[in-house]
Amino acid sequence: MNDPQHVAKHVKTYLMVFGALIVGTILTVAVYFKHFESVALAIAIALIIATVKASLVAGFFMHLVSERKTIYIIMAFTAFFFVGLMALTIWAMNDSPALSGSTQRAPHATVAPAQHVP
Amino acid sequence: MDIPFTVKLRDDTTLYNAKVGIWLFLGSEVMLFGALFSSYILLRVGAPPGTWPRGLLNVPIGAFNTIVLIVSSVTVVMSWASLKLGNLGKFRFYQAITLLCALSFLTIKSFEYRDKFTHYEVWKTDGARMTGHVEGGPYFWSTQTLKDKKLDHIVFHPDPHHYTEPVKPHAGAAAEHEGHAAITIPVAEIARLSAFVPAHSTYFAIYFTLTALHGLHVFGGALVIGYLWGPGAKLWKTDPERFTNRIEISGLFWHFVDLVWIFLFPVLYLL
Repeated sequence: MNDPQHVAKHVKTYLMVFGALIVGTILTVAVYFKHFESVALAIAIALIIATVKASLVAGFFMHLVSERKTIYIIMAFTAFFFVGLMALTIWAMNDSPALSGSTQRAPHATVAPAQHVP
Repeated sequence: MDIPFTVKLRDDTTLYNAKVGIWLFLGSEVMLFGALFSSYILLRVGAPPGTWPRGLLNVPIGAFNTIVLIVSSVTVVMSWASLKLGNLGKFRFYQAITLLCALSFLTIKSFEYRDKFTHYEVWKTDGARMTGHVEGGPYFWSTQTLKDKKLDHIVFHPDPHHYTEPVKPHAGAAAEHEGHAAITIPVAEIARLSAFVPAHSTYFAIYFTLTALHGLHVFGGALVIGYLWGPGAKLWKTDPERFTNRIEISGLFWHFVDLVWIFLFPVLYLL
């Protein structure tokens, strides 16, 4: 990476990634202002764009595309526990009748709606 | 005594120590923000239909702040590349832009916060609810404030729509500023008054938790970058490779801060 030509090549990549990130941001806002019938679709598109943008930042700006094995091992552990955390969240949703869409309501879910603060 | 492996690579990790350290730290940061994101998901999905506030944040300002952070990420990596090319002047130029971006981000965020602290929701005793501004633009008023000040009425400038009502698609924050015809509301008819502060609702509690924590990261990152831009740059004269490594480490943290915002923006502003 100390070779000036090598660095100059990387600089071009950084500028291309910068352009892609700006386009991604514009697309995210465009999705918001273009009214989709399905909220789930709008959420999915926004999160997919965010994931692509985050991958570009991590891959190129943080050099994850060409890192050492030690970093990949650390990231693999992080990814494992992060996915586990999110899976626990989804699992917890199934524990709650109010969240899982079950018609059977738990005793604690009978709070008057007027008292609920979103 | 010299600190080992600040430049020289270790045989076992094939990295200098600080790089392993920052990635371990970033791993813990992923879990910290991951826990808050998963909390957000649970709260969002668990909210009864139509009760989760939408359109209360200013999307163009949020998008602008996203671009500010993206620009700062590019200048951080360009400053590191400049050092690799042996150009301290360019490094200083790019990092000055980074610091300006950090300052801009925090300034814009503080204006957004100020807007929320002067924006109110009124729950009336007849069940009606409205959002808007109290005459005079006071900060942090609550139901208790009305009692403490012994007011018998407030002059309120309601927003055109309440967030629980079906509105024209994505009217957003821009619609808030349409038609602020003032109305007088007797305090006896007010069941609850709250500014858009964490106590207002679960939404604002998680919004302020996430954005304030992120803002603290921006502030901390800017402090480190500012130090390395100013007094810390003396190291360049004596040990340029070690200084370049320090810039790489601070840059990795900064990119992470940018990465978190890339998710925060759509989740909080758009969904």
